Amino acid sequence: MEVLLGITGKDFTIICASKAAMRGATILKASDDKTRNLNKHNLMAYSGEAGDTTQFAEYVQANVQLYSMRSGTHLGPDAVANFVRGEVAKALRSRRPYNVNLLLGGVDPTTGKPSLYWCDYLAALAKLPYAAHGYAQYYCLSILDKHHHPDIELDQGLKILRMCTDELKRRLPIDFKGVLVKIITKDGIREHDYVDDKQILPA
Amino acid sequence: MSSPFSINGGAAVAMVGKDCVAIACDLRLGLQSLTVSNNYPKIFPYGDVYLGLTGLATDISTVSDLLRYKVNMYRLREERAISPQTLANLVSSSLYERRFGPYFVSPVIAGLNHKDGKPFICGFDSIGCIDFAKDFIVSGTASDQLFGMCEGLWEPDLGPDELFETISQALLSAVDRDALSGWGAHVYIIEKDKVTKRLLKGRQD
Repeated sequence: MEVLLGITGKDFTIICASKAAMRGATILKASDDKTRNLNKHNLMAYSGEAGDTTQFAEYVQANVQLYSMRSGTHLGPDAVANFVRGEVAKALRSRRPYNVNLLLGGVDPTTGKPSLYWCDYLAALAKLPYAAHGYAQYYCLSILDKHHHPDIELDQGLKILRMCTDELKRRLPIDFKGVLVKIITKDGIREHDYVDDKQILPA
Repeated sequence: MSSPFSINGGAAVAMVGKDCVAIACDLRLGLQSLTVSNNYPKIFPYGDVYLGLTGLATDISTVSDLLRYKVNMYRLREERAISPQTLANLVSSSLYERRFGPYFVSPVIAGLNHKDGKPFICGFDSIGCIDFAKDFIVSGTASDQLFGMCEGLWEPDLGPDELFETISQALLSAVDRDALSGWGAHVYIIEKDKVTKRLLKGRQD
C-alpha cells in the first residue's frame, strides 16, 4: 500500500510519496521519506522490498555523485534515468535482483524542461507526463488523464495532486499516513509544506 | 498471461514493396491490463536500417541499447553503415549468446540493401533464429491478428503510398482486436533515398 506519484508541468516536476513505513500489517513509522536526491536537479522516489529500496537508492545516489566528481559535469534527467534503469536491469538477471519500483523526477538545468521517468522492478523504463506506482495507479491515473495538461502551472499541479491524495484516502483500505511532497524546478529540489490533516469522508 | 512476452504488450510488422520496405509498431506500454504509457515506440533506427522490438519492455530497452552500441562500433571499425543483412546476423548472434537465459523479445528488421537496393525484411525468435520472408513479418501480442490482416491485404510490388496504406490498415485493424496493443502507431516507409515516418493516431481505447 505504498503510494508513489509524479506530475510534470510547465517548468516543474512534483514527486509525492506516502509517509507510512510498513512491515506486514504494522505501520512502523508515520514520517518516512521514500525519496533521495541524486543531484541538484534529480530526485528519485522508491517503493518495494524493505532492504532493497534504501540499499539501491543509496548505491545509485553515490554513483551519480561519483560520476559528477570524476567528470566535473552534471548528469541530466535522461542520463540519470538510463543509468538507474541499467542498474536495475543488470541486477534483474543476477542471483539476487533488486525488488524496487522507481519514479525519477528531474528538471534539465540547461533547457529548464521538466521530466518524469517511471521504472518498475523489471527495469521497464518509460518517460511520462504523470505516473504512479502500486495501487495508486488504479485510483490516480484516471484522475490525471482527465485533468492533466503538459503546460500547467505549479498551483494547478498541486490542485490535481490534492484530488489524487483525497481519492487515495477515500478508497485505500489502509491509512498511508499522508504524503511527502517534493518539487523540482530549475532552482533545485525543495520540500513542499503539504497540508494533510483534513478529514476525507468515505464516498 | 504471465508469459514475459505478454506482460507489457505491443505489436510490430514489416512489409516488402516495390523498391521499398515498410515497418510499423504500436505505441502502448502496459502492465497486464493497465496501460502505463500511450507513447512507447518500438522501432529503432540503426543508420538506414530499422529494427522493431516487441516483448518484455525491459528487454526492448536492453537489446536496443546493446545493438546501438554494437552498430556504432561496427560503423567506426568498418567506416561504413551497416547493411540490413549484416544487422540481421548481428541480432541473431547477439540473441543466441543468451541461449539459456534469453531476452524476451521478437525482433523485426526492415531495410534496403546498400549495393543492389533490394528490399530486405526478416524476423527472429527470442534466441535468434532468423525468419527470412519475401512478403511480411509480424511480431508481438497481436501477431495472430497481424498474420490474418497481412495475408488478406498484402500483394506483391506495392508502391510506397500503397504500401503505407496496406501496412497501416493491417496494423490498426490487428491491434483493435488485441487488448494489449494499440494506442496509435508509428509507420516508416523506406525508399532508396527517402525515409518517411508517419504517426498514426488510431483508436484511443
